[in-house]
Amino acid sequence: MKKLDHKGYYFIAPFFVIFLVFNIYPVLLTFYYTFTHYEGYGAPEFIGLANYARILTDTYFLEAFVNTWKIWGLNFALQLGIALFLAALFSDLRFRIKGLGFFRAIFYLPNLITISSVAILFNIMLDWHYGSINQFLLKIGLIGEPINWLNQPFTAQVSVSLILTWMWFGYTFIVLMAGVSGISKEYYEAALIDGANRMQTFMYITLPLLKPIMLYVMITSLIGGLQLFDLPMLLTDGLGNPDGALNTMVLYLYNQAFRYNNYGYAATIAYMLFLITVVFSAITFKSMYREAAGEKAVAKAEKRKSKVAKKRGNVNVQEKVAKQNTYI
Amino acid sequence: MFKKKLLNKTLIYSLLTLLAIISFVPFYMMIINATRETKDIIMGFSFIPGSELVENYKNMMSYVNIWAGFKNSLFVSITVTILSGYFSALTAFGFAVYNFKGKNKLFIFMLLMMMVPGQLGLIGFYELNKTLGFLDTFIPLIVPAIASPFVVFFLRQYLASTLHSSLLEAARMDGAGELKIFHTIALPIMMPAVATMSIFTFIGSWNNYILPLVVIFSPEKYTLPVLMGFLKGSPVAQNLGSLYLGIAISVVPIMIAFLFFSKYIITSISAGSVKG
Repeated sequence: MKKLDHKGYYFIAPFFVIFLVFNIYPVLLTFYYTFTHYEGYGAPEFIGLANYARILTDTYFLEAFVNTWKIWGLNFALQLGIALFLAALFSDLRFRIKGLGFFRAIFYLPNLITISSVAILFNIMLDWHYGSINQFLLKIGLIGEPINWLNQPFTAQVSVSLILTWMWFGYTFIVLMAGVSGISKEYYEAALIDGANRMQTFMYITLPLLKPIMLYVMITSLIGGLQLFDLPMLLTDGLGNPDGALNTMVLYLYNQAFRYNNYGYAATIAYMLFLITVVFSAITFKSMYREAAGEKAVAKAEKRKSKVAKKRGNVNVQEKVAKQNTYI
Repeated sequence: MFKKKLLNKTLIYSLLTLLAIISFVPFYMMIINATRETKDIIMGFSFIPGSELVENYKNMMSYVNIWAGFKNSLFVSITVTILSGYFSALTAFGFAVYNFKGKNKLFIFMLLMMMVPGQLGLIGFYELNKTLGFLDTFIPLIVPAIASPFVVFFLRQYLASTLHSSLLEAARMDGAGELKIFHTIALPIMMPAVATMSIFTFIGSWNNYILPLVVIFSPEKYTLPVLMGFLKGSPVAQNLGSLYLGIAISVVPIMIAFLFFSKYIITSISAGSVKG
């Protein structure tokens, strides 16, 4: 144990002063508001647990919760599917696809752009009469008449999901590729020599070894997805229409606070949102991450690989495994 | 066999190209439409630019000064990036080099708070700034950047593996003060990691929407994302060409910057996630 040295306090002091004032205090203050009725002026009026009682029976909140899940769920399934497919392609030794840098950059581009610009861009592109998307789909004959995308609950939710997929699949792909590049090339070479086919390579090597990274992607996307706000806000002038289909939890929070001056209830929504995020992150974590997932996956991949090789009757298996072990 | 492989390759490259087109086409449409007249845009899409760029620009500027929003966004994002970089380095140095009471507890506390989503304290944050009289100023957008837990965490990990205590002892022997050691030895060592984090910080601040929407009221103080929403509700929206142009102005500089920095941006994303 080193000698204690109080000088460290000076270095971390500015951080903690600002942290306490602008992070911790607002979080605690918000918590206090959850027990009050407060319209933004005068003193907050203490009302006990009434806000919590209200939120548990609030159908609008329930609806916002369901909407948020629908929109995030479709988007995440698509996004992860595309990103996994691309990662599998680019890690495939047989194809040796060129231009990884170029494709990565192009796929990532939508993620870089200010989300409000994206929202307004799609707002005019999705327009019923003169939007480019309908014009294009009509021209190639995919649809017979223009679709009023943002005016029907179902198509509105699908539109937002697809925009999110468009924005995020490149990011997810980059993160997955970072994970793939961390997997030893030897596994793929060995699998190739052993005659494992593309699907087997993906299922038994890439996928299990990517598990920790997929967990990271899933939890960050979940946290971000539950906070979905900008797109619905800007696509619907803040109302969450049609029929409340684009009313998300944070949009509801924003409207309660800054449209209806219902600060106490908005604070309660914030805490409910936090609770939901924690619970679902924990569930995701538990279901995906068992102790030392990484090492276990390596062992599994190793076992499967030699099994596959044996099946194919490859005589050089022992030698290759030995060579690989010395490499590791 | 060889033929099948060639076919597969063609198929794969077509698919990748299609995805690349889908990623890029909305931006292309936006740039093209920014140069066209409203009635042409309504008639149908085109892949060739029109001739109305100057008209659209004049029309847009007569309602909204987009460069003011640009300037605000730039000012806020640059200040945030500098503050966050400097103070996070300072904090990381404090945590990595000194041994003081409660050090680990403070560090863990900071990490735990990192998990709390931004919206949780939004109402309290708004009320606090109202009490302090900071509403409708840039202060609530800038000052909180001094406390960026994730950057501190990242830099501390970096310092732990790069800064040797012998280096510090040598400097102390030469009579350098602690703050001087930080500025002349630790900060330069941390620079690559600070730069990586700066890219993130800058993009995050540039794209931030909900916070400026809540705390800024005067249109002349709007940052670009808020100004975009304002543009949509304004008479500019009657003229589609001008609206597209406004979006293009908010987007194209970032695209150009990305052209130059894409390599660093992509490595920084990877760097942030491999450990996760």
